[in-house]
Amino acid sequence: MFAEDIYTLSTPYREDMSVKGYHFGKGEQSACIIGPMRGKGVQQMYICSQLVKTLKELESNGCICSGREVMVIPVVNSYSMNIGTHFFGVEGEDINCQFPGRAYGDTAEQIAAAVFNRIKDYSFGIQLTAFHMAGESVPHIRMVENGYQNSSLANLFGLPFVVVKKARPIDTKSLNYNWQSMQTAAFSLYTDSNEKVSVKSAKQALAAILRFLTRMGIIRYESHSGFISHVLKEKDLTAVHTMCGGIFRRKAKVGQDIRYGDAMAEIIDPYRGNIKETILAPTDGIVFFAHSESLIAEGDLAYYLVHRLHE
Amino acid sequence: MVKTVFSIGLSTGENLVIKKNRLEGTGGCGKGKRVAVVSGIHGDELEGQYVCYEIVRRIKERPGLLDGTVDIYPALNPIGITVASRKIPKLDMDMNRMFPGDEKGAVFERVAAAIIQDLAGADLCIDVHASNRFVKEIPQVRLCEEFSEQLISYARHMNVDMVWTNATETVHEATLAHSMNCIGVPTLVVEMGLGMRVNRSYGRQVVEGIFNLLYELGIWKEQPKNIQYPVLSTDGEVEFIRADCSGVFIPSIEHNHFVKKGDKIGEIITPIEGTVEREIIARKDGLVFTLREYPMVSKGSLLARILTDIRTKEGE
Repeated sequence: MFAEDIYTLSTPYREDMSVKGYHFGKGEQSACIIGPMRGKGVQQMYICSQLVKTLKELESNGCICSGREVMVIPVVNSYSMNIGTHFFGVEGEDINCQFPGRAYGDTAEQIAAAVFNRIKDYSFGIQLTAFHMAGESVPHIRMVENGYQNSSLANLFGLPFVVVKKARPIDTKSLNYNWQSMQTAAFSLYTDSNEKVSVKSAKQALAAILRFLTRMGIIRYESHSGFISHVLKEKDLTAVHTMCGGIFRRKAKVGQDIRYGDAMAEIIDPYRGNIKETILAPTDGIVFFAHSESLIAEGDLAYYLVHRLHE
Repeated sequence: MVKTVFSIGLSTGENLVIKKNRLEGTGGCGKGKRVAVVSGIHGDELEGQYVCYEIVRRIKERPGLLDGTVDIYPALNPIGITVASRKIPKLDMDMNRMFPGDEKGAVFERVAAAIIQDLAGADLCIDVHASNRFVKEIPQVRLCEEFSEQLISYARHMNVDMVWTNATETVHEATLAHSMNCIGVPTLVVEMGLGMRVNRSYGRQVVEGIFNLLYELGIWKEQPKNIQYPVLSTDGEVEFIRADCSGVFIPSIEHNHFVKKGDKIGEIITPIEGTVEREIIARKDGLVFTLREYPMVSKGSLLARILTDIRTKEGE
């Protein structure tokens, strides 16, 4: 293993922010795994740190395949990580909305450009990320549909779901979109946590990445075969919105198999304590995403369901 | 008449309400054109507050001059304005990257969709922004190149100092302006001043421009006097000056002034060392139309923009 400083930023009163890449094996740029660009993605950083630890052990045991090289970038935005903010710098820029970046652009664009320039030639790209909205989802691989996505390869992670998302204008500046546009087979990996470490789902994510690297002939690693992924389009998920705002008392959990008409959550009046609304399942299915905060507004997304799918 | 464009319940005893003031003239047949003036997508940009106030005040004062409809939307991100947040509070997302929205989506996707629906059918839309709190701007209209051919004929009447075509940040996809232009409502983006401030002089200048445009469209019966015509520019004529080190930027020049190649624009200093880290020198002649106000900088921070090739003025 050797560490590389991909980008270094100086500021007057903080120590330098260094984006570090950890390399394993030698040869063709085979796979790059990149951690959070937002300062609250602790779970994603934890998974990357465990991956660095595991790959180091595998490398010392000769289990990185000959002629293959893997790079892990555990965290891009460490400055925000240290102060608990989502976005970068005083301007509050989302680095994941700056790709492919500009070498002479503003600070966040320069970071994106430096990172992208270093990772764009890898054959496989795996980004550990999370939903912007507060909530939990079942572990899955997500890809932006831009004509270059390959959902068959995404199956090889062995996670329960693969979601293909139609690109919206805002997605065109994301790493996943730009990676795919450069012919890297790019995947975004989601677990059920973001700001807090969830050891169980982190292990599942780590196993999925190692399984994928094994199946692509990059490492030698014995692991369980995982799931045969269910591939679905984001637009086919059934959205369940609230009819009113209040205190959100959740009943249905992520991954739960529910039936039409089941009570999934209650909205409590924050002043009087009465139940303002009981959210009923509009269909049979699996809970794919669940709102996780205690307060919710009218019209907010409470759940996504995978329609008519059972455990 | 003040109307509610969209309302949705928040969690605790409050609704998120977006309002507009519909001003209908008494000076015509009542079937004239409709122009919308929107502001406050970014909650830290307050220049539009004065612009909206002044338009409403002048029309109310002389309703007989109005032959058509003017809709004023002063606060598209009302909670953001209340707490001086550029983004949508709590969600921490830029509302001007959410258009055209989704009427079945999450709350602010619905807000965005409702705004688009309410603005649809207007003959013209003017989206008034300020700069952010980091750099100061002269009054200008920014156009996306994709729609510039049509929009420039409106923009030139706006009494601004410059029209900048293809300034990608404020006019790219997912913005209100781009979405409106895509559905056939010509939409101009106005930028001026500084975030969290109101510059009355700039505000009056833009208000005069808006009434001039209303006059050109046949909605307002009196043409404002002393209208100036803008410099027309493209990205190729704009020189970006960015910091290449971190420190504290101290400008040596005033905003909205001409510089010559070799002039000192400012310096980046290191307070703890008592040293000048960099002298910032103009590489070309031109007008400093953007100048940094927030002193702390790091590598890449925008310090100034210079309009380098002033080529066309109306009537010259």
